[in-house]
Amino acid sequence: MSANYVIETHRLGKDYGNKTAVADLSITVKRGEVFGFLGPNGAGKTTSVKMLLGLVSPSRGEGRMLGRRLGEPSARRETGFLPEHFRFHGWLSGSEFLQLHGDLHGVTRRRLAPRIPELLELVGLEDAGDKKLRAYSKGMLQRIGLAQALLNEPELIILDEPTSGLDPLGRRLVRDIIADLRSLGKTVFINSHLLSEIEVTCDRVAFIKQGSIVRTVDLRGAQEEVSTVIIRARPVNAEILAALAQWSSDARVDGDRILLTLNKHGDVAEINRFLVNAGVDVYGLHQERTSLEDLFIQIMGIGSLS
Amino acid sequence: MKSLVIARLTFMEAARRRILLAAVVLGLAFLGVFALGFNYIIRDLSESYNGQPPLLIRDQIVNFLSMAGLYVVNFLTIMLSVLTSVDTVAGEISTGTIQTIITKPIRRWEVLVGKWIGFTGLLSLYVLLMAGGLLAIVVLRVDQSIPNVWLGMTLIWLNGLLMLTVSLWGGAFLSTLANGVMVFGLFGVAFVGGWIEQIGALLENQAAINIGIVTSLMMPTEALWKRAAFEMQPQLVSSFGFSPFTSGQSTPSPLMVWYALAYIAVFLALAVHTFSRRDI
Repeated sequence: MSANYVIETHRLGKDYGNKTAVADLSITVKRGEVFGFLGPNGAGKTTSVKMLLGLVSPSRGEGRMLGRRLGEPSARRETGFLPEHFRFHGWLSGSEFLQLHGDLHGVTRRRLAPRIPELLELVGLEDAGDKKLRAYSKGMLQRIGLAQALLNEPELIILDEPTSGLDPLGRRLVRDIIADLRSLGKTVFINSHLLSEIEVTCDRVAFIKQGSIVRTVDLRGAQEEVSTVIIRARPVNAEILAALAQWSSDARVDGDRILLTLNKHGDVAEINRFLVNAGVDVYGLHQERTSLEDLFIQIMGIGSLS
Repeated sequence: MKSLVIARLTFMEAARRRILLAAVVLGLAFLGVFALGFNYIIRDLSESYNGQPPLLIRDQIVNFLSMAGLYVVNFLTIMLSVLTSVDTVAGEISTGTIQTIITKPIRRWEVLVGKWIGFTGLLSLYVLLMAGGLLAIVVLRVDQSIPNVWLGMTLIWLNGLLMLTVSLWGGAFLSTLANGVMVFGLFGVAFVGGWIEQIGALLENQAAINIGIVTSLMMPTEALWKRAAFEMQPQLVSSFGFSPFTSGQSTPSPLMVWYALAYIAVFLALAVHTFSRRDI
């Protein structure tokens, strides 16, 4: 187990009775990256997060978080967590709520005293600290929940659907906070089905389908892995199209263009050379990043975006 | 220790959600009614005997009234213990409130024991107010001491602890409603068993007495209550009088107190065990 990995799981799985919620969760999350966890509803995202945090004990496999075995309280010492379906004690005020969770984290009162107003301001609730949580709106609760996840200045922040209840301003706020955390070298693990959110915030994403990780994609690194290529070329016949299969599994003709998504052996220059050698005139060759949505549909199959 | 954070939270919740207030206000109302009634009965008794009622009659009436009052206090303590705690684990699991708590660097047992400590604090205050207040009214009005008041109050307090602990255990694996049904069902069995034993003792029916013994092993609340009533009974009443709350042959052995303590320890351990293993 390497110190560079904040989260490391090996064939982690969970069954409820004879229903498998998570079949094979093998992931590594590096220190300092923003890691997105994507998948359709019911794919096992929340159960996976619950296993990381010790809410659910795995049926098999093993994992470590911040160097500690999953389920050990010390693994959660430097972790902040905002659950998907959070409900807080409504009779507490915002400040009291943060006080309570700071105490539970074992943050000293001395560190906590300046930290609470700081966090309230960070999430834009500086005027609501004395208000009871039961009077908070859904968006305000999500903000205070986020503040709660940052109380102990954690190394790892796990957010389960962090923007689901937020308006555009709130989403922007969450995005900015995540960017701040990244610049501080913190690791962020985000569970989400909001692809556009993930696309702008995450460095790397893992796709989970029916309880197993099917693919991990680096969104910041080499473009080739997630690129769509548009080629304007003539003439194109079935033979040429078939030959392109070595670089792409979905080469197709659309008018006078060839569209294809590069696979991991894909190389635009090589494709160009091949076409020219095959006697095809190439008028244009354009490579663009595949949108996460296209990638999602490609990986999960049509019908997964319901 | 993290348990104390949870204990404080539990206590604060009872205070903030006005559970404490309701218990105190209605408790004071209860004590007020009791004081009034007790006062008039004692005055009448005194007047009908020209200020000199026979000791046995007076002791018997004072004992009957105070035990009847304490019987209600005992019952209210049991109700309060169950009602405050029946939803605390099951409810927080079903709403998800527990998720942000147990994902802190805290062990599950610390959460459960913290809740137990918090409710025990609440319960202690309640018993002190109600049983203490009632006994104080009696002692001040008739100007005569009641034997073993602290032991008696402790036994009523233990009854609250018994119910609290069982309800925390149930909450760790049952829904709130199922837990309530289970805990009150257990109390009902002990209650009816206790009275069957009491009547059986009067009729010298061994089978009925055995039923009571078995049910008090299942849930020792009635046995503890009878032990409390026995301990607080004046000598004169024990020797020559009669009380519906005690009877010679069926007085639970002092070992029942130890049994109740062990019962609480075992169920607290079971509650911790069940809660620690539960997927949330």
